[in-house]
Amino acid sequence: MVNQTIAELRNVTKRFGAVTAAEGLNLAIFQGEFLSFLGPSGCGKTTALRMLAGFEQASEGDVLIDGTVVNGVPPHQRPVNMVFQQYALFPHMNVARNVAYGLNQRRPRLARADIAAKVARALDMVRLSGFTDRRIWEMSGGQQQRVALARAIVNEPKILLLDEPMAALDKKLRHDMQIELKSLQRELGITFVLVTHDQEEALSMSDRVCIMHQGRIAQIGTPEELYDQPQNRYVADFIGRSNFIAARAVGRDGERLVAEGPGGLRFVARAAEKTAGEGTVTLSLRPEEIRVAPDGAAGEGHEMRVTHRIFLGEHVEYHLRSAALDHLIAVVPRSTDIAGGTPGVGVAVRVSWRDGAALALAED
Amino acid sequence: MRPSLRTTLFLAPATAWLIAMLVLPLVVVVVFSFGERGAAGGYVPAFTFDNYFNLGARWAAFRNTLTLAPLGTVLCLLIAYPLAYFLAQKADPRWRTALLILVIVPFWTSILIRSYAWIQILGGNGLPRLIGELGFDRPRFINTPFAVMVGIVYGYLPLMVFPIYVALEKLDRRLLEASSDLGSPPWRTFLQVTLPLSLAGVATGSMLVFILLMGEFLIPQLLGGGKVFFVGNALVDLFLQSRNWPFGAAMAATLVLVMLVTVSLYLRSLRRLSGGRDDVALM
Ligand SMILES: Nc1ncnc2c1ncn2[C@@H]1O[C@H](COP(=O)(O)OP(=O)(O)O)[C@@H](O)[C@H]1O
Ligand SMILES: [Mg+2]
Repeated sequence: MVNQTIAELRNVTKRFGAVTAAEGLNLAIFQGEFLSFLGPSGCGKTTALRMLAGFEQASEGDVLIDGTVVNGVPPHQRPVNMVFQQYALFPHMNVARNVAYGLNQRRPRLARADIAAKVARALDMVRLSGFTDRRIWEMSGGQQQRVALARAIVNEPKILLLDEPMAALDKKLRHDMQIELKSLQRELGITFVLVTHDQEEALSMSDRVCIMHQGRIAQIGTPEELYDQPQNRYVADFIGRSNFIAARAVGRDGERLVAEGPGGLRFVARAAEKTAGEGTVTLSLRPEEIRVAPDGAAGEGHEMRVTHRIFLGEHVEYHLRSAALDHLIAVVPRSTDIAGGTPGVGVAVRVSWRDGAALALAED
Repeated sequence: MRPSLRTTLFLAPATAWLIAMLVLPLVVVVVFSFGERGAAGGYVPAFTFDNYFNLGARWAAFRNTLTLAPLGTVLCLLIAYPLAYFLAQKADPRWRTALLILVIVPFWTSILIRSYAWIQILGGNGLPRLIGELGFDRPRFINTPFAVMVGIVYGYLPLMVFPIYVALEKLDRRLLEASSDLGSPPWRTFLQVTLPLSLAGVATGSMLVFILLMGEFLIPQLLGGGKVFFVGNALVDLFLQSRNWPFGAAMAATLVLVMLVTVSLYLRSLRRLSGGRDDVALM
């Protein structure tokens, strides 16, 4: 599949007085994809989204939509629509009139029958067919959210922008809505750009995730890429969990980097592209990549002592310590939990990892 | 205690207050309006409709009140809305409080003194003289309906500004963004979102100004110089000078009735605009 670019940020910086909300953003958004901006509160996600919508203008750089530079173009002239954080539904209009609002702004005017048909279809899509005449305040939070969604998609925007649309919903509803939103996006084929601080939400719904950190893009990639090949410590830490181990590069083994950790521990690590072949490196080792065997078992390994054991249902989490490694977290599926009884706190175990389990990160 | 009894008890002070301050005086006025004037003035109990039949004699006062009060309300509204809009939506938040205080500053001086100031401005040695010296015909302002209207707008403007300001101030800006996002240019956003959602403020302000204007007597007295007479002036005359209380009471009762009808019609039409709230078909 050829990725066609529907929108683009080119070297975009946004300042609010002395505050730099976004800096040097470079990003291409592809036609039909589900892209998320993910990051902690205040990292500039909303600002990025609002620059696409036209509510904020970039201080520097260009915003392109559909191949055209839209710097300075006001929101009402951009072919995108937004689902607002608190929905921002019009309280003086019923559900149908809220949904019809965008269609009613078209000039030349659309025929009444066309508007009615489109509104009915949009409400049907969000499963609110019977609610046309309802007042907004008679609707639950989840229903209001669907109205907001219908009000945006009815206009068939080139891009649908969603600013933390599920933040106000309770957990169960949020989960249902995530699935619904994703299938709606597939059905419509519209490009969705979502802002969220919820890692799980971003990973489960998105084709690609753009991780933001202090106004900058830390990494863009598919959820798998972000998990398997984080380009820096921030991403490795933000997506999932990881053990970080300071090591020294001692050589190469083909594609792999050979590194020596504390206490002479040897790692054969995958190397992110930017990692140098020598000097100090930070290794990232996912907890589930670590094998835990009883002390005295056959094979190699590093002897460590259990400091905590946490039962997680399907998994067991061990916190381990040795003279060389201060603190190592291992998560072991329960089915492969150590034969002959699970080691408790204070018990010595043998810990190992396969070649290529660790990832050498660029210093950042 | 049963809830209904408790409710009654809680409401008792308010009910007593309403009866003492509103219902009782009104009953007195209505009773007086069917009475007769005593030889030396005042009230003599009787039951006659004569006072009502004679209302025509004071028709001019009714006519002035019923044209200038609505007109004054509309003028106040037309000036107050943009002012309130500017204060609530456009003014720098740091200056907002200061600007709001400026709107009420005139209230710190008595309307009497402020009206005298207007007498100076609109009188022969004020604006007309200035205009004359610029080479135009000297106009006559003082003691005309125009002067009364100037005084009314000047005096009542803050009462209109505040309720509208409050309505516009609490208007959620995201609704304006949503409107813009959905393809509406700013002026249509104003007509379709801002205006309908501020109608409650418009209603409150208009009510306040209109009701108070219906009873106004000071401004017509000072700036209208006895030539532009309101019902209020007639009442002052009837109760304090000619001491024809029953006739004054009939006038007052009629005024209250007219006010009730006008206000309820007005509220009804506003409700149709915003309260049924669906078809705010201002477009
Ligand atoms: N209108 C504004 N005026 C001043 N500062 C702003 C404005 N909008 C955002 N900011 C600042 O820019 C930074 C990024 O904000 P935002 O994009 O809302 O972050 P996020 O959506 O990731 O939580 C924050 O420090 C925020 O305080
Ligand atoms: Mg945000």
